[in-house]
Amino acid sequence: MNLAFSEEALTLSKALMKRYPEGKHKSALIPILHIAQAEFNGWLSSDAMDYVASIIGIKPIEVYEVASFYSMFNMQPVGKCSLEVCHTGPCAINGAESLISYLENKLNIKLGQTTADGMFTLKAVECLGSCGSAPMLQCGVNYYENLTNEKADELINRLTAENRLQSYTDIK
Amino acid sequence: MSRKILLEHIDVPGINTFDTYRKMGGYRSVEKALKTMSPEDVVEEVKKSGMRGRGGAGFPTGMKWSFLAKPVGVPRYLVCNADESEPGTFKDRYLMEKIPHGLIEGMITSSYALGANTSYIYIRGEYFYILRILEKAIAEAYANGFLGKNILGSGYDLDLYVHPGAGAYICGEETALLESLEGKRGNPRVKPPFPAIAGLYACPTVVNNVETIAAIAPIVNMGGDEYAKIGIGRSTGTKLISASGHINNPGIYEIELGLPVEEFIYSDKYCGGIKNNKKLKAVVAGGSSVPILPANLILKTANNEERLMSYESLSDGGFVSGTMLGSGGFVVYDEDSCIVRNTWNFARFYHHESCGQCSPCREGTGWMEKVLHRIEYGHGKLSDIDLLVEVSKKIEGNTICPLGDAAAWPVASAIRHFREEFEWHIKEATLSQSRNFGLLAAHEALVK
Ligand SMILES: Cc1cc2nc3c(=O)[nH]c(=O)nc-3n(C[C@H](O)[C@H](O)[C@H](O)COP(=O)(O)O)c2cc1C
Ligand code: SF4
Ligand code: FES
Repeated sequence: MNLAFSEEALTLSKALMKRYPEGKHKSALIPILHIAQAEFNGWLSSDAMDYVASIIGIKPIEVYEVASFYSMFNMQPVGKCSLEVCHTGPCAINGAESLISYLENKLNIKLGQTTADGMFTLKAVECLGSCGSAPMLQCGVNYYENLTNEKADELINRLTAENRLQSYTDIK
Repeated sequence: MSRKILLEHIDVPGINTFDTYRKMGGYRSVEKALKTMSPEDVVEEVKKSGMRGRGGAGFPTGMKWSFLAKPVGVPRYLVCNADESEPGTFKDRYLMEKIPHGLIEGMITSSYALGANTSYIYIRGEYFYILRILEKAIAEAYANGFLGKNILGSGYDLDLYVHPGAGAYICGEETALLESLEGKRGNPRVKPPFPAIAGLYACPTVVNNVETIAAIAPIVNMGGDEYAKIGIGRSTGTKLISASGHINNPGIYEIELGLPVEEFIYSDKYCGGIKNNKKLKAVVAGGSSVPILPANLILKTANNEERLMSYESLSDGGFVSGTMLGSGGFVVYDEDSCIVRNTWNFARFYHHESCGQCSPCREGTGWMEKVLHRIEYGHGKLSDIDLLVEVSKKIEGNTICPLGDAAAWPVASAIRHFREEFEWHIKEATLSQSRNFGLLAAHEALVK
């Protein structure tokens, strides 16, 4: 295992564990997995999960079974920008399906796929609590709402120019 | 009927900061409770208020609090449910983003009432930017002596933390939430024991929704009796409604319970009517889990009484002709909406979100999704309709947690009220791929 957190991420992880009572610091697992995903290219390899287990002092299996349960944790490599379009009922009746088709065509990939340059992954996700501003998508920490094709174009241009991993834990 | 309590100061610039919030009267409930009331007094006021939990089930909050076990020497916890993932619901996000101190004030006053010295806000992981907003507000509250040791010199200590989830609707179910908060998979627990006896770390725990906790501050400030005068009958107080779908003004509205549904849909103060001058076809009134109602039954009860936005009025008629207030996720469908497609969409959602622990839910949700998919795409058989009803009945009431029921009701109610549309979809398999069914003749005459 040759992965390691940055100094900052390690300090933060240690502080997070102190938020829970004596002996209950396993509670910090999900918060620390979020940090790991941001530190390690947007996904959780088995090395990454083993490393998290070693920080918290739990068995690797306890990390695997949790990481694989939650939809925000990627168990496979993803692009720098995951475009997560909500396709649940209220969004579906207000343009989510055409937004997905538009993005599929524009990026020349299908749902679940990543562009050849490793920049974008396109996903359909369930209700993000933005039902009144459909269609919408999440990328990293940001919500992009009331989208049109033009706004989607702008967003893709901007993200391409930024050319960095968009993480859920970015400070907004 | 337009009284604002939770959102009274929503338009005040800077209301997200401690200073402005305090200037507008914020944190008064903490002062009042810690300096002049015993924890039992606070619980008593909440009981008198009659307020019912705003997370979906509508259980009276004061009563829930009074069930909390108090064994000596064992810590007690208050956990705020900010998982908000019920499709159609986005009110907690709004409240936390715009007035974070409203929730924090409620957490302090409620934690004092329950005797909790450590409390957590469990927020869905997708809301990470709100987690930052809350953490900033919590830091301000610590800096001003409202959190930490010996709050306001009262001898009461409280630490408050925000904890992110990571994408799982089921973690909104309170025992799944507690499992998740303990760093495990979000599998709901078998009850009993209920969290009031053995919750977080097997200690007595209360789990309440964001909106419920935010309402504690005004209840303590005005007194439970005053709060109980707002609203109608046993539906006391105000409720945040998340309005979405085919309406002119989607968004969050604070309504006094008892507002007529028709006024809510058509008044410019609220939804502003149906988009593009279309006709109303159906409404899901309380989040995706509650029964869908056709236009005629959402505007009037089966007894031809005006339908009101209240727990009792929306459930009038039971599952035959009524629905539920639920989380207040109000989704409006216009005449062009396809009920079959929407039902399939929701079935897919529940299948995706089932934790997989109980076979009726795990298998049944997948089966319903598959059958609805084939009807929607023109490969259905007429017998599929009764099959769906059968499967939904096999799930209902036979599972560890209410997600099973939540998956069954939307399907059963869509078929109950829109059977003709399902039949048309199957009989006109080719036509149904190019156009929608429209309104039922029986409904058309009744709606605007
Ligand atoms: C599948 C499922 C999902 C739920 N999701 C939420 C949720 O996102 N937010 C919430 O407050 N309650 C949710 N609930 C209800 C909680 O279990 C619990 O009743 C509620 O948090 C209690 O708070 P209240 O009494 O203040 O409403 C959900 C229940 C189920 C069965
Ligand atoms: S009803 Fe569904 S979600 Fe709930 S415990 Fe059973 S399998 Fe899990
Ligand atoms: S349905 Fe898309 S955000 Fe709620």
